[in-house]
Amino acid sequence: MNQRALGPILVAPALAMVVLFFVYPLAYSLISAFWSPEGWGWANFIKAYELYRNDIVFTVLIIALSTALVGVFSIAIGGYLVLGENPRSVAILKWLYRWPLFIPFVVAGQVMRTFLAKNGMLNNTLVGLELIEPVSAVSLLDWRGIVITFVWKQTPFVALLVAGAMASLDRSMIEAARNLGASRLRILLEIIVPQVRASLTVGLTLSFVTMMSVLSVPLMINAQTPTTITANMAFRINSYGDYGVANALGVISILLTSGVAWLYLRQASKDKSRAIA
Amino acid sequence: MSSSVLNTPALPSSTATHLTTWLPSRALRLLLRGLALGLLAFAVFGPLLNMLLWTVAESWFFPNKLPSAYGFAYWGRVFSPRGNAVESLVNSVSIAVGVVVLSLSLAIPAGYALARLKLPMRSLVLLMFLVPQAFPNLPVYMNIARLFYDVGLNGTYLGVVLVHTVHGLVYAIWIATAAFAAVDHALEEAARISGAGPLRTFSDITLPLAMPGLMASAVFVFLESLDEFTATFFVGAPEVNTLPLLLYTASAGGNYQIASITALILLVPSIGFMLVVERLLRADVLAKVGQ
Repeated sequence: MNQRALGPILVAPALAMVVLFFVYPLAYSLISAFWSPEGWGWANFIKAYELYRNDIVFTVLIIALSTALVGVFSIAIGGYLVLGENPRSVAILKWLYRWPLFIPFVVAGQVMRTFLAKNGMLNNTLVGLELIEPVSAVSLLDWRGIVITFVWKQTPFVALLVAGAMASLDRSMIEAARNLGASRLRILLEIIVPQVRASLTVGLTLSFVTMMSVLSVPLMINAQTPTTITANMAFRINSYGDYGVANALGVISILLTSGVAWLYLRQASKDKSRAIA
Repeated sequence: MSSSVLNTPALPSSTATHLTTWLPSRALRLLLRGLALGLLAFAVFGPLLNMLLWTVAESWFFPNKLPSAYGFAYWGRVFSPRGNAVESLVNSVSIAVGVVVLSLSLAIPAGYALARLKLPMRSLVLLMFLVPQAFPNLPVYMNIARLFYDVGLNGTYLGVVLVHTVHGLVYAIWIATAAFAAVDHALEEAARISGAGPLRTFSDITLPLAMPGLMASAVFVFLESLDEFTATFFVGAPEVNTLPLLLYTASAGGNYQIASITALILLVPSIGFMLVVERLLRADVLAKVGQ
């Protein structure tokens, strides 16, 4: 067979699969967001804005907060793994932080639903240690519960990427800074983090996109308003069969992630041009 | 303090002050370190422990801190022939097996081509497979459900297998590409020189050498499918019931025991995979991912 034809032939079925079952429905959702019973136009977006304005802001705020916290914890974990001086603590941390890595969101939602409840283990432990009074135990099953679940689930993934990048850094600069008397925190923030920015951005961007599509956690943790727009999309479809407004919300979530993805691609191309130069 | 130490020429006194400040600060550090690791352990395992308690709690009412009766009664209910768990488990596993077979039969040829053959616009093709990870997939799933409904694929096993495959394909292809790229060229050339045809070289040399990486991607794709909730929620429910859907329904109905037992069934393979992932994916393959 012709060698030049073989490559495209072997790739074609997989490519067709992605185009048919992802790109086509994605395009379909973009187009049908602009179609309503009154014809083409912005009607769905106006309705989505009127009904779910607060939820859109809520979604952006909690996912941005979760992403920021995931970033902070990942840097802290990666930093301790690279700079920690006590080998036993480093080994314990390395063993400990990864557990939630592959736990599905629906399981994380259920687990946190029992843990963060008013009578959950978190409150019971705080009361048992006499850190809080039994009467002041509150349920965290609201926006805080979503943020805690997202951070619990996503930190291991980003920390794994960040720690991997940190471990492969050239240690001579770190040693030099240590010899000059720089504190470990300063070394982490001024020498290590700038060098692993690419891995950090990739991890946080992928996390942001993932959290933007999670339906189970907001449904299970936060049975009240405001809620995330993923829950609104499911509600619009299951209760009203209203694909117009659901797709308008979908386009909004795609635009939000595209903004983040654009930042990521800009970073990636910057790194690439630096590597070439 | 440090400047005064630097300025004092008398060495013995400086060492003495150093020692006295060193001891308590060391104990304090040890305490802080232990506290921080303990807090982290509680944050990681506390929620899991709470779930484990729920799987064996026969009655647990507010404001009791612990269940008032323990037992495996709910396990019996979950696994009774009339319970939905067995059906969901069988559904989940057979769908995941279907997804692995379909993903690998697409990813092995594509990965080989991406790693070994001349391909026009190669980086664009690799990027194309990343698209399902780069966009929020919920809007896509709800429209797939609508399109599948028109062609009779909604609520069928095939429909669920197709959407799960698209989601897992990027991992399968990227890992397969890396696995084929890590195979030593010289071994293939040696086989060709010894008279083996291209197909024979592929089946006897390239494929077995790439097998560990391909197995890792198979396990990963299997898990992704087993754990998938959103796509099944739109495309499968209510006809095709999987474990994540059962977990969600039980939890929404306030049946924490059933929900926790289902969560535990899903948890075991996830944690097992986390513990062995590094042994499955060798460093030389990992280094080639995305190249």
